[in-house]
Order: sequence, then C-alpha cells, then structure tokens
Amino acid sequence: MAVPKIIWRIGFWLLVAFIVFMSVFPFYYAIVTSFKKPSEIFQVSYWPTSFSLENYKSVLTSGDFLRNIWNSIVVAVSVVALAMLMGITAAYALARVRFRGRGALLLIILGVSMFPQVAVLSGLFELVSGVNNFGTRILGINLSNTHWALVFSYTIFTLPFTVWVLTTFMRDLPMEIEEAAIVDGATPWQIVSKVFLPLMWPALVTTGLLAFIAAWNEFLFALTFTSSASMRTVPVGIALLSGSTQYEVPWGNIMAASVIVTLPIILLVLAFQRKIVSGLTAGGVKG
Amino acid sequence: MTAETSFSQAPPPEATRRSRLTAQRIRSAWIFLTPMMLALALVAGWPLFRNIYFSFTDASLTNLGAAQWIGFDNYYSKITLPSGREITSGLLVDPEWWRAVGNTLRFAFLSVGFETVFGLIVALVLNAEFKGRALVRAAVLVPWAIPTIVSAKIWAWMLNDQFGVINDVFLKLGLISEKVAWTASPDTAMTAVLIVDIWKTTPFMALLILAGLQMVPKDIYEAAKIDGVHPVKQFFKITLPLIWPAVMVAVIFRLLDALRIFDLIYVLTPNNAQTRTMSVAVRENLFDFDNFAYGSAQATMLFFIIALITILYITLGRVRFDGGK
Repeated sequence: MAVPKIIWRIGFWLLVAFIVFMSVFPFYYAIVTSFKKPSEIFQVSYWPTSFSLENYKSVLTSGDFLRNIWNSIVVAVSVVALAMLMGITAAYALARVRFRGRGALLLIILGVSMFPQVAVLSGLFELVSGVNNFGTRILGINLSNTHWALVFSYTIFTLPFTVWVLTTFMRDLPMEIEEAAIVDGATPWQIVSKVFLPLMWPALVTTGLLAFIAAWNEFLFALTFTSSASMRTVPVGIALLSGSTQYEVPWGNIMAASVIVTLPIILLVLAFQRKIVSGLTAGGVKG
Repeated sequence: MTAETSFSQAPPPEATRRSRLTAQRIRSAWIFLTPMMLALALVAGWPLFRNIYFSFTDASLTNLGAAQWIGFDNYYSKITLPSGREITSGLLVDPEWWRAVGNTLRFAFLSVGFETVFGLIVALVLNAEFKGRALVRAAVLVPWAIPTIVSAKIWAWMLNDQFGVINDVFLKLGLISEKVAWTASPDTAMTAVLIVDIWKTTPFMALLILAGLQMVPKDIYEAAKIDGVHPVKQFFKITLPLIWPAVMVAVIFRLLDALRIFDLIYVLTPNNAQTRTMSVAVRENLFDFDNFAYGSAQATMLFFIIALITILYITLGRVRFDGGK
C-alpha cells in the first residue's frame, strides 16, 4: 500500500507543477522578451539573458501608447461609475422588494449581460457615429471618435453585470437591518443610501473591479468606434501596434506594452483575489 | 385583502398601513429601476431593433439614412434570368456564412469541452489541502487576469513560425521535424485559437467549479470512506452529481462567451477562412466590405442562433441559476 501512495503524491505534485508552469510561463516569457535588446529578440532563450529598457523606452516615447492608456482609464472609470450609480438602486429594488415582473426583469438583465455584442454593433454604430445618422439627426449629438461613444456602448455589458452581482449580494443580507429603518419611517431612498450603502462597500469594490477589468479589456467596440490612433484604448493600440514597415512586427515593443498594461491588472487581481473569486461566483453560480 | 374586506367595512389600521407601505415600496422600486431600464433600452434594445431593421434594407455604411426597405432579399432571393436559369442569393444559401457558423460551433464546443475537463481537474487540485495552495491559486488566476488581446499577442509571439518558443521546444523534443506556421497554416490555425482560448478561460471554469466543490459537505466523504468506497467511484457517484448544477451554469456562461468570440480570432489568425467565426464575418461585412445591410442580416441570424442554443441548453439541461437553492 505504501508504494502506490507515494506514486499518488508524486503524480499530484507533478500535476500541481504542470498547472503552475502552464499558467505563468507565457507571461514570464513576455517579460523576458520585453527586456531583451532589439538585436537579441529573434534568438529563443528561456532565461533572462540581458536587461535592456530599450523596448519600453521606444513604446512609451513613440506613437500614442501613453495616450491610449489614458483613454482606457478615462473610459473604464466613467463607465464603472455610471453603472454603479444606476446599478445600486436597481439592485435594491430587485433584491429587496417583491413586485410583479421581477423574475422576468432579472431574466432580461441576465440575457443582456450574455448578449452577443456584435448583434448590436450596427445599431450602436448608427447611434454613436457621425454623418447623417440617427444620433446626429434626431438627438443632435455626434459621439463618434469620443470617449463618450465607448462609455455609452460599454454600458451594455457593465450595467447588467453590476446589477446582477449587486442583486445577489443584497439578497443575502438579513431582513432585520431593513426592518428597523422601515419602522423608523425611513424612505426607500434613505434605506438605500443610509442602510445599504455602508454595508455594500465590499460588494461595490468587487463589482467595480470586475466591471473595470471588463471595460479595460474590451476590444470590439473600441476597434469600431474610434477612428484616430490618439483615441484608441490600450487593447486596440496593442493590436494595431506596427513597426516602421508593414512587414516588420515590433515584437519587443508589443511585449513591453503588454507587460505595462497587464502587470497592474495582475497585481490588482492578486491583491483582491478573494473578493474577485466571490464576485465571479456570485455572478455565476449563486446568481 | 379579500378576507379583510369581507370581515368588516373598515379594515384594521395596521393592515392599511402595511399595504400602503408595500405600495410605496413597489412604487419606489419602479422609480429605482427606471434609469437602468432606460439605459438598457437605449444601448441594447434599440440597437438590436435597428440591426434587425437594417437587415431588411439596402443600407450602406456611408449613408445609413438613405436605407430602403427590400424585404427578405438579404436572407434569400431568387432571380430568373431571361435564359430561364435561376440564380439564388442571400445569407441562407451563402456557403461562406455557413462555414463561419460551422467554425463558431466547432470552436465553441471544443473549447468549452476542454475547459470543462481541465477546469474540473484544476478545481479538484485547488480543493485538496496541500502546502502552497494559496500560491497555486494565485498562479492559476494569472491567465484570467491577462487581457484577451495581450494574451493573443503573447501567444502569437510564442507560436511565431520563425522565432517562436513553441517551435523551438517541439523541435528539441522531436515532436515536429520542421517549423510549423501555427497561426497561418490552415491545418493548425483552429488548434492555435483553441489552445489560447482554453489557456485563457480554464481559470474561470476552475473557480466556478471550485465554488461548487466547496459547498459539498465534508462528512459525505467520511461516510463513503468508512463504507470503503473507492476514490474514483466517490468522484463519479458523489462529487460529480453534487457539483453538476455549478458545472452546468459555468458551461452556459462560457458557451455564450465562446459563441460570440471575436477579439482573439481577429488578432491571432486574421483573414483565415478556417477560423473565421460569425462575429468576425459580421464585422468584416459591416465595416470592411461595405455590406452593411448584409452584415446586419448576419448579425440578426447570429443573435437567433445563439438564442436558440441557449434556450435548448437551459431547457434540456434544466439549468437553475439559483444554484439549486
């Protein structure tokens, strides 16, 4: 019996090692590549061979990369703030009040959050782009190639997600905390802002972080609704990063840019690990 | 309410107070919901409606306002030439579109299938108690945290035909005899996309399944151990049935995500017929080929195909989003 047990243990640790290796190797390799001298890039090496900041310098000083980071931050922060503002009152109504049509409404919200975004691409384009389109003709506003076009379109996935996760969090809070406020004659708005808001901070941080990451990573809308390089967000900027000639892919720059935009997200995710996992499962399993 | 009114003419003051309170709560609930519903109608409902409308017109990218109604022509039309020959055109008889549908379905089922198996394995590992579990869990989160475009680029670099690390390793191990153009070659493009997608999304699957695993009471296993049930049998007879609802929900979330895939394919294998999915085809027609109306028709069809798959999955799989509570 002793021998199989040892084999089990070895097998288990090999499996653990394999999982860890597979998870971190690609990012490790990107870091190694990003610190190479441009002349060494095309030699495969598994360990750091040199430490050169040339790729970083080149990606940060040439082109619009810094500007792209700024665009991403502005868009993601605005869309998360907007979704939170609308989400918390909506979540209170859905989680704490019984009314007819609540189930159907929840189903619609879940449906929109899992929506194939490409199915609204043409309609959204009509709303946010210029020349003789609905947005400009009827509403008199032209959002094309602005941050607002992205904030507007990102609402389609951040808002339903925020509402859904906050609803599951709010539903789990005990009835008693609200009852006392009702007996004291508090209005529903007071209940939300004075009773629930202070209790909801952990949930708000989780939801906000997940919505922020989703907005930070978005590609389809950002690619479609921005037309100038200076308005691009980070994912589009990286995807369209090109070298001095059409046939030369600047891998060193791309890897440096990748490391710059990914490192903060990875650190954020690791710092808020537990919260993120609870938010993901609230959105997924407990729903 | 009816019971109260039949009792006496004037209901007790306590009851009216409560029903007034309920009415007030319901009223403010709707007020609270209004901004969200308006926003969703504006960013989801209206654009979807317009998309469906465009699919019945001849709209072009440069002049959407001048779109004319042409009925079902984008979907199917038949013209009889003077010579008597019939020519059919439209989405329903477009082989390229059906190829994109096939690509999407193949990609979605393969990637979600592998992710479920790998996610299950990773979740079981993370559920075991061992030294350094927190570190392993942190490592597993890394692929999930990397933006899709960034992971597409990192893998494109690793899979590079000339300078990629994957070819280097495989050559050294003798798995391949010459360098493979993973992302460009028709034979391997889909495999490359699948590898990157599975790598990127297995953590999500693992975390959702892990949450299900952690809700399984520990004493069940102790009872099974006393009865001498083999660990493998324990897994299939106890663990799997108990976590099945969690797995089903995780699968539908991933399936819907996979069916609409765009970014990874657009960046990793551009202009490749072997990996062109529905979403990629729609965007190409809308904005690159100036077939705005035709692209809208494709998008409409994509919407209904995904809706159909979802409804089938939820009814056949009896998915419960409340986790069986």
